[in-house]
Amino acid sequence: MILTKALEDLGKYTLFLKRAFGLPDRWGVFARRTVKEVMKLGIDSIPLVMVVSVFIGAVCIIQMQLNFESPMLPAYTVGLATRDIVLLEFSNSIMCLILAGKVGSSIASEIGTMRVTEQIDALDIMGVNSTNYLVLPKIVGFVGFMPVLVVFCIATSLAGGWLVAVFTDLISVSRYLYGIQALFNEWYVWYGIIKSVVFAFIIASVSSYFGYNVKGGALEVGKASTNAVVSSSILILLFDVILTKLLLQ
Amino acid sequence: MIEVKNITKSFDGKTILHDVSAKFYSGKTNLIIGQSGSGKTVLMKSIVGLVRPDKGEILYDGRDLLKMTDRQTKRLRHEIGMLFQGSALFDSETVLGNVMFPLMMFSDKSREEQLERAHFCINRVNLGGAESKYPSEISGGMQKRVAIARAIALNPRYLFCDEPNSGLDPKTSILIDELLHDITVEYDITTIINTHDMNSVLGIGDNIVFLNKGHREWVGDKNRIFTISNEALNDFVFATRLFQEVKDYIISQGENERD
Repeated sequence: MILTKALEDLGKYTLFLKRAFGLPDRWGVFARRTVKEVMKLGIDSIPLVMVVSVFIGAVCIIQMQLNFESPMLPAYTVGLATRDIVLLEFSNSIMCLILAGKVGSSIASEIGTMRVTEQIDALDIMGVNSTNYLVLPKIVGFVGFMPVLVVFCIATSLAGGWLVAVFTDLISVSRYLYGIQALFNEWYVWYGIIKSVVFAFIIASVSSYFGYNVKGGALEVGKASTNAVVSSSILILLFDVILTKLLLQ
Repeated sequence: MIEVKNITKSFDGKTILHDVSAKFYSGKTNLIIGQSGSGKTVLMKSIVGLVRPDKGEILYDGRDLLKMTDRQTKRLRHEIGMLFQGSALFDSETVLGNVMFPLMMFSDKSREEQLERAHFCINRVNLGGAESKYPSEISGGMQKRVAIARAIALNPRYLFCDEPNSGLDPKTSILIDELLHDITVEYDITTIINTHDMNSVLGIGDNIVFLNKGHREWVGDKNRIFTISNEALNDFVFATRLFQEVKDYIISQGENERD
């Protein structure tokens, strides 16, 4: 029963994506809407990304320093471990889980409200491909801007660690700076960006799907918003495992 | 003209429309009336293509909607304007943005010509000066007028209105009715209005289709409605004492004239 329902939902989601990825009726309108979505979903998320990243970066360096106090470990271990945690997991998976809450609920409630107030019906009646018009700019805008958010996240996380080194005596600044540069593997940055782009696609498309298929009133919009966040988060975790296996082994 | 032939529609085994046939004429305000649950919304959604009937034909000047390809349906949609019960204006757009929307999407006119057309439509519904306001900043009646302006922006041949007077005070309702009637006559549009507002029925009912429990029970116009003997229609139209007294008065006047 659950399997049947899951397969049915997957089928509906696939058809939804097929409609969303048609050619836009007007490229100019599509471009303007995409820029708006970049502003709304991407640039407006920068403050949240920066605040969370600074604190997580700071907490990471404190925890690493407290746990790695051993003469057996080289001096750069704390910085190196902090950097790799940020590059490999925090800047993409954890950050996308946080963004699933902010961006996912925003998308689902926006499109869901348009559905219950008949705005989507109005688009359909006019002959506009409503899925394509509403969803494609969100996917393109958010996926396109995600690497920028990842870079911001990495930079501010490492800055958070640097602030701890500057304002406490847990670790010296020189040790920290040496640590975050030691044994640097460039592929880790690309790995994080690839993962985050996939997660951005999941957040934008799954949340749009839940919003688009709302039936009823305001209560259902709220439920759709919650379901969008939960489903996006689960899919992010699932794809985190799959992509890590594929990209790091 | 729009003609529906033998439309039947069921949901989860329950038949909502039973073999409904009706004609809706151009240049006339065609009303679909009936009690809540009588199937008028399903009929209107079937006609515009939001719901697919189980059987029957929907002919737009002879073109069967149910046999059209996607491309033909899309082309037909450009000839349709629709006014929704809740106006369905785009919250993120201003009044001008809402009216410009169909022009931007489907018109080949230059930007200046589009703006000129949008301003013309806004002025036609007497909303000049409100172009820069957002839907949340204007009254329900004004929102309906913006929705009418948006609906006529592309010079539609067919105009659909789903309960255009719901939530409006009587005076504003009459203004909206008169506006819809004037636009219909002026541009020779086939207008179909779904309503249970008796003021609309008696005011602009050029062609009235009465639905009762999914069946087409009666067809006529506002002049004939006072003299019909159909019990279900009488119960529906003259449900209030005021309308019953108006009916009795008109009938008695008619009898006096005959005497």
